[in-house]
Order: sequence, then C-alpha cells, then structure tokens
Amino acid sequence: MIFEDSNTLLEARGLRATVAGIEILKGIDLVVKSGEVHAIMGPNGSGKSTFAKMLAGHPAYQVTGGEVLFEGKNLLELAPEARARAGVFLGFQYPVEIPGVANSQFLRLAYNTLQSERGRDELDPLEFDDFVREKMKLLEMNPDFLDRSVNEGFSGGEKKRNEILQMALLTPKLAILDETDSGLDIDALRVVAGGVNRLSGKDNAIVLVTHYQRLLNYIEPDYVHVMEGGRLIKTGGKDLALELEARGYDWVSEEAGVAPAANGAAAAQAANATKAAKVKAARVAKGGASA
Amino acid sequence: MSAAAATNRHPAAGLLQGRPHTPAVFSSPALSWLGRMRSHALERVGALSVPTTRDEEWRFTDVSPLTRHTFQPARDLAVLPAAAIERFTIPEAAARLVFVDGVYAPALSFNRAGISVGNLAAGVLAHAAAMEAEFGRHAGFEHNAFAALNTAFLQDGALIVVPSGARAAGPVHLLFVATRSRSASHPRCLVVAGAGSEATLIEDFVSLQEEAYFTNAVTEIAIAANAGIAHVRVQREGGAAFHIAHCAVSLARASRYRSVSVALGAGISRYSLGVLQSAEAAECSIDGLALIGARQLADTHTLIDHALPDGVSRQLHKCIVADRAHAVFNGKIMVRRGAQRTDSRQSSRNLVLSAHARVDTKPQLEIFADDVKCAHGATVGQLDADEVFYLKSRGLSEEAARALLTYAFGAEVIERIPVETLKKRLEQAMLASTALQL
Repeated sequence: MIFEDSNTLLEARGLRATVAGIEILKGIDLVVKSGEVHAIMGPNGSGKSTFAKMLAGHPAYQVTGGEVLFEGKNLLELAPEARARAGVFLGFQYPVEIPGVANSQFLRLAYNTLQSERGRDELDPLEFDDFVREKMKLLEMNPDFLDRSVNEGFSGGEKKRNEILQMALLTPKLAILDETDSGLDIDALRVVAGGVNRLSGKDNAIVLVTHYQRLLNYIEPDYVHVMEGGRLIKTGGKDLALELEARGYDWVSEEAGVAPAANGAAAAQAANATKAAKVKAARVAKGGASA
Repeated sequence: MSAAAATNRHPAAGLLQGRPHTPAVFSSPALSWLGRMRSHALERVGALSVPTTRDEEWRFTDVSPLTRHTFQPARDLAVLPAAAIERFTIPEAAARLVFVDGVYAPALSFNRAGISVGNLAAGVLAHAAAMEAEFGRHAGFEHNAFAALNTAFLQDGALIVVPSGARAAGPVHLLFVATRSRSASHPRCLVVAGAGSEATLIEDFVSLQEEAYFTNAVTEIAIAANAGIAHVRVQREGGAAFHIAHCAVSLARASRYRSVSVALGAGISRYSLGVLQSAEAAECSIDGLALIGARQLADTHTLIDHALPDGVSRQLHKCIVADRAHAVFNGKIMVRRGAQRTDSRQSSRNLVLSAHARVDTKPQLEIFADDVKCAHGATVGQLDADEVFYLKSRGLSEEAARALLTYAFGAEVIERIPVETLKKRLEQAMLASTALQL
C-alpha cells in the first residue's frame, strides 16, 4: 500500500554489476518506500534474481557502478549479515539444504542473533518453540518441520513456506522474495501468499521477483516493473502484470524507448537495450507462457 | 624366542617393557589353548615390527613417535571415586564395566542388562566354550603387530555373552579411563551374540590426564544368525595419547551389525574395523566421524568382506580436519566370487578447514562377483559458499555460519548413534569444539 508519510527504504541509482566478468545489471534505478509492494517481472536471464541476490550481498556479484542506499546508508559496503541485521531479507529461490542442523536450531539461532542485535530479549528453546509454532500456523506448516534438518528433503512448497516462516520471525523492513511462487501448487501458493500479506504492513516493504503474474493475484502490488537486459524498462500498476501475462514481454521492449518510467532514468537507459536481448527475451517469454 | 630376547633388539622395545600383571586364571589348565595362543602371539610380536610408512597399510600414518616412548602397563588399580567418572556415565546403560589404565574397577561397574556382562578374568571359565570358539578367531594377529601385542599381553577386558533370543535390557557401556602418564593398556573385548539376540555395545575411551600414554585395544564381535549388534565407539583420549585399536566382526546368516565410531582425541590414533559377512543375507552399516585439529592424526581403516550372497553394507565416513591435523581413511569393500546380489554403498566425505590440514582418503572396491550393486564415492572440500551465504543472509556472522555448517557436517554421523544421551553429549562436545552456541 502507498502511504503519504512513508519513508524511503531502498534507493538504487544506476546500479551495474557483473558476475564472472559478464555484465548482468546495466543500470538499475528503483525506489522502494515503506508500506509498498513492488513486483519485478521479466523473462529468464533478465537479471531479476541477480538484482535480488545482490541486494542481500551475495559474494558472486561485483558491483561496477551506481549505488544502493538502505534507509539512506550505503548498503553495498555492508556484509550480508550486516544487511540482514539492518532489516534486509532475501527469500531464496532455491533455499539451501543443511543436513544435520535441526530447523528449530537454525531458526532460533537466526532469530536470537537479530534480537540481540536489536537490543531485544533472546528466547530460550522452550520459549522459542511456542513462538515459532504460532508463526507456523500462519503458513499452515506442520510443526514436524522444526525437528527436521533445515530444508532437507522438503518439497519445493515446503521450502518456500520455510522461507516465509523466516521472514515472519526476522520481521525485516525490506523483504525481497525471489521467485517465491515457483514450484508451488495452487494451494501452497494461496497459503504462502496469505502469509506474506499478513506480514506486509505500513512499516515494511516487499519486493516480489517473479516470472508469472499468478502470484500477483494473491499479493497485490503497488508497482509492477519489467526487467529486461539488466534494466527496469517499464513501470506500471498491477494492471501491467495482467497485460504482460496476456501479451508477453515483446511489446514492452519495443515501446521501451518511448515509455515513461516512474522510477527515474530507466526509460532512457532502456532505449539502449540490444536487439539480441530482445530476441532472447521474446523467445523465453513465449516458452514461459506456454508452460 | 624368549620375551627378553625379543625386547633387547626390537624396535618396539619401549612397548614391551614390563609385562602386565596377568590374572592367574589365564594360566588355568582348562585354558591351555589360551596359553598356547598367547605364547604364539608373543613370538609374532618378536617377529613383526612396528609398521612404518613403507608398509602400504600404514603409508599415511607414521607411528614412529610411539617407539620413542617407554610405556609401562599398570600393575594395580588406581582407585577412582565415582565422581571422577560421573561426566562419562550414560543413564541409559543397563551395564557398565570400567577399566582404569586397563585394570578392571569392580566398584564402578554393574550389570543389570539381563545378559552376561563381566570382565574377562572373572567370566573366562564360566564361558570357556564360547571363549575357545571365538577368542582370537576373528582378530588375527599373524600379520598385525599390535593385535599380537594385545593378545600376548592380555591382562583383562570385557566378555559379553548374549544368549540366543535374548535382548539386553539396555546398552552395555565399556568405559576405559586413562589416569597415568606413560601407561600402556591392552584392553580386550569379546562379544558373543547368540542366534536372534540383540544388544548395544558402547566402547568409550576417555582420559583424566593429558600426558602421553598408549592404548592398544582389540575387540571381537561374533554375531550368530538373525542376531543384531549395535556398536558405538567413542575415542576421546587425551591429546598426547597413542590409540591403536582393531575390531573384527563376524556376521552369520541374516545377522546385523550397525556401528558408529567417533574419533575426537589422541595425538595419533588408528582404528581398523573388519566386518566379515560369513553367511548369506548379512547386513552391516559402519559409519564414522573423525573431528580433529591441532597436530592430531586420525586414521580409520575399514574392510567389509562380502563372502556370501545377498549381503548388504552401508558406510558413511566423514572427516573434519582443522589446523595442521591429518585424517586418513581407507575403506575397502571386498565382494568375493559367489557373493551375488551384494548391495553395497560407501561414501567418504571430508571437510578441510585450514590450508595446512590434510586428508588422505582411499575408497577401494574389489568385486569378483558379476551380479552386484556397488556404489562408492569420495569428496574432499571446504564449506559450501552458498550455504555460508544463506546463513549470513539470516544475520549469522561468518564465524557462526562456518561453525554451524561444520557442526552440521559432523552431526549427520553423530545423529546415527542409537543412545540418546551419548548422542546429545557428543553434539555438545562438537558444538564446543566449533565454538558455537545453540
């Protein structure tokens, strides 16, 4: 929801990044304010996940230009753990399995680490057990998942629920959810989206990175951005997602040169999108629509 | 050859000093076979020398520091108050035998397991038939200097006889406590499991002091048809200790052996485990963890011998090696001609935490049958960068993330220990060694 008195949480200006020497992000401009829900859509390979992981501090990406401010401070100079402590959360597209660590231990360790950073009380195992079980109800998760190893042998849907459970425990100011809808059947999608909606409030913001419009039927975005070739080339309201679902991404690329972008200079940069990228994007989008 | 002649020019002279006090019962006429076996073992000690890195089986494990010490077997019992071993006790145990520097400590021992559990010296005559049938029949010493030394210097140990169809009321805990510097002990354990019986054995090697000493243990486990033995082995000797141990297991038809061995202590340790599937449809799973740092060396050699058809074996061996430590794993799986439909899986996984740490791993499959399912693999690596990032993205520091993942790597083996208290305690010990609070 867009609020008048919201404060700016995230501000990316001309962010460029490479992985293994290849430029993936070619100038991202994005402003996210508290209370807002943003969706970043785009074909595979457009740079969506790279952007999401970069914001969380993934070591594989090299920043080559621009800046990212989080609550006015330089986010890019912070280590991943410092970003988490500052209130940035990444819901992973592929949550990592950690055999040998009970989910309950991991969740409590993460929770208590952030609690102590925030100068609040830590919970002992019994207190935490009560606390986490309440949060699990939100996601209709079976408490058995506390005793199992972190994500080990979890289905795709169970892993995503476990990600949102972490979001519920860590109460980030900015949650970036990377393809949280992928691998979910319709019931799981409803539950996960319901959980996200209940965690969404006036003081926090959510950035959904997604390939499909489907998720946005359940979590209503205030802004929809289209990413292609490492840039946000178009921004609109939730209706844009429906249009993308119906028409694919081609037309956005084509009109990108003239379309006004709400988030700064994206449009001007988008005009430089290479033809090759457009062809690739179109192919991927068609493949995606028929899937 | 006399013992004295052997000692004079033997490279293991320091190990042969001071014959241990041998209980009179071992010289009983009823045990003449044992006397002959021990004389022969002494001859083999004289003929065999302490292995060097020129021996293929000891290529990576230099035990020469052992020969530079002189060790004396304890001749009497160092009396310990119960409080001294309190932290090692296991509440689930239905029987416990405590050996202090190799000497049986009856005041600290008990048996409520409903099966025969006692020290060798006390039980050897009552179980003369089982002894003669099994003792020394599984752990051969013809080519094994340390097993020969153990047999020749037989002092005492544990004798566990599980009658056919019996089920032990709880785990049997053998606690070997080292209290004296420069001491040598040669503990011996024999487990005879009758047909269809079930029992859990815990062998636990601990120390109350940090100076050099020598443990040279031999364990034999004979498992009759349809019986099942679970075996937990914890080696947490003092940091300057030498620990050499050999365990030989024999499996009869459709019997089961499951073991978890954990090596945390000793300066130099070597554990060799041989499992012989001597009849059809036997099953074993032998898992191991070595978690070492400083300049420790931990060597695990295993052999699973599928001699007859329809055998199943599973093995997961892990090493976590920090600082300048060195772990060795050699896991041989033999599938003999005729051992058709053998189903065997072996995995050696190793985590190297420092640039100066070292792991030598050698899985070895030797297959002489043509209808078998065998899989094996070995990995040596560092902590996974994606896993570290995942944890850091949740606010954990680099150190905490690495510690948690290291713990997790080892916990996969510890988790398989079927004795809850021991499992929890080892998890705590592992957490402490990774400096992590959970």
